[in-house]
Amino acid sequence: MSWTTEEFLACTIARLIGDAQHVAVGAASPVPAAACTLLRAQNGGRPRLSLLHKRRGNPFTEGSRELFDLAGQGRIDVFFLGGAQIDGEANINLVGTGGYPNSEARFPGSFGSAFLYFAARRTILYREEHSRRVLVPRVDFISAPGWSPPGVWRRGGPQALVTGKAIFAWQPEMRRFRLESVHPRHTADEVREHTGFEYDAPARIGVTAEPAPEELALLRGPVAREIAANYPEFAARVWGASA
Amino acid sequence: MALRLAARPNETRFLAGADALAGDIPDGACVALPPDYSLVAMEAVRGLIRRRARNLKLLGVPVLGFCADLLIGAGCVAEVETSAVSLGEAGAAPRFTDAIERGELRIKDATCPMVHSGLQAAEKGVPFMPLRGVIGSDLVRHRADWKVIQNPMSDSPDPILLAAAIEPDVALFHARFADRAGNVWIGRRRELATIAHAARRCYVTFEELREGDMLEDELLAPGVLASVYVTAVARAEHGAWPLGVLDLYPIDDAHLARYAQAAQTRQGFARYLEDFVFPSPLARRGQGEGGLE
Repeated sequence: MSWTTEEFLACTIARLIGDAQHVAVGAASPVPAAACTLLRAQNGGRPRLSLLHKRRGNPFTEGSRELFDLAGQGRIDVFFLGGAQIDGEANINLVGTGGYPNSEARFPGSFGSAFLYFAARRTILYREEHSRRVLVPRVDFISAPGWSPPGVWRRGGPQALVTGKAIFAWQPEMRRFRLESVHPRHTADEVREHTGFEYDAPARIGVTAEPAPEELALLRGPVAREIAANYPEFAARVWGASA
Repeated sequence: MALRLAARPNETRFLAGADALAGDIPDGACVALPPDYSLVAMEAVRGLIRRRARNLKLLGVPVLGFCADLLIGAGCVAEVETSAVSLGEAGAAPRFTDAIERGELRIKDATCPMVHSGLQAAEKGVPFMPLRGVIGSDLVRHRADWKVIQNPMSDSPDPILLAAAIEPDVALFHARFADRAGNVWIGRRRELATIAHAARRCYVTFEELREGDMLEDELLAPGVLASVYVTAVARAEHGAWPLGVLDLYPIDDAHLARYAQAAQTRQGFARYLEDFVFPSPLARRGQGEGGLE
């Protein structure tokens, strides 16, 4: 059965989320939102999903600070972050490249990353573009650090980095990524060629599992309809779906 | 800071419209604005551009979008303090991005809960509020008003970050209703209450005048911001367009996509202002020109 990159990545992220009570998804994250919606469709409505930019029925009633208060208390298990740049120590840059404050290339900004990366129990880093432009030796600006020295409060941190080519697992003791699996149609050599940071790689590297027919059926049915309500452009592009 | 607005007045004033309200907001003011998914006083923002406001400092609570990009492109803004500026699904904010890359705009980058914490400190009248996390982010190095201290409640080393109280000159947003007492209904968008509490003045446009006192209705009261915080209100029907108002009307995605395209160049942006800001699109709708459709 054929599948699109978005469908493949949603299934991959759903498996990484695994067992969780409460997952929160931020702005501009339709693939993680689809992943979590898929997981809910498979598990009878679990985990709880808080879509921060849900257009109707937003999960909060205390305004936009409520999510952060909730996360500060430890009530968010899994969160997602991306990065215009991501480096080998899992630092992310959402601000800009080539100097600060007057960057040569300016991005929207750090959003809540500098807090949620510490407060959520696990963060899955997700960026489809897998290139030396994005995966750099050292980010130009640290919006949120990948790890913290002993004595600095930190509840959670990165779990894995998912790109359009591979999954890297985070090794907290070594503060370094390990290549976990390479997606179908890609190779370990290609991953090495397009990754700007150093990482560990076992001698034999697995292939990321393909979407199962049951997963694709759910994605194209109930998940597509639910995602269309909040990410209309994405749902129309991937599934031709509307709310 | 050069500009300090006078102490908070007691009576809510009813102004003739969004342009009159924009006329009451002085050049140089620090204006706190909500994100695009909240309740944005777009018609008053267009009013600020029409009156050629200058040197505004925008505070994103906690992020900014379309309204900020318009004000920046129109030359109304000297500085932004925000956790991000973005048009959401329509992509990056083109006039903001261009202004930063050209060095024409000062920026104080933040992260969402630090903005909330600073406003909450101002709400309570205390000088700062602590927040976990953030330490190790380059944001801290660039913010003189963020301080890391040792947690005074702990005997072991425990650095913690403090957000200085943020007291904006002006809170500006849109509401679903206002009543004759000057109470406004914002529903669950409680970040608007936070900025109203923290700001020295609060200006609100509203969709509809509601008869009776909303504070006497138990179902409405939890979504009300009481008039004690509200400096002035003005009616602006469809006043959030092209952004949305709760369940009344949704964000006009097609218009935002069109804006994102037009604003890629200064010329395209100038044409957009001619088409949709000068004159008011509300007036254009009255003339059947379809500015809102």
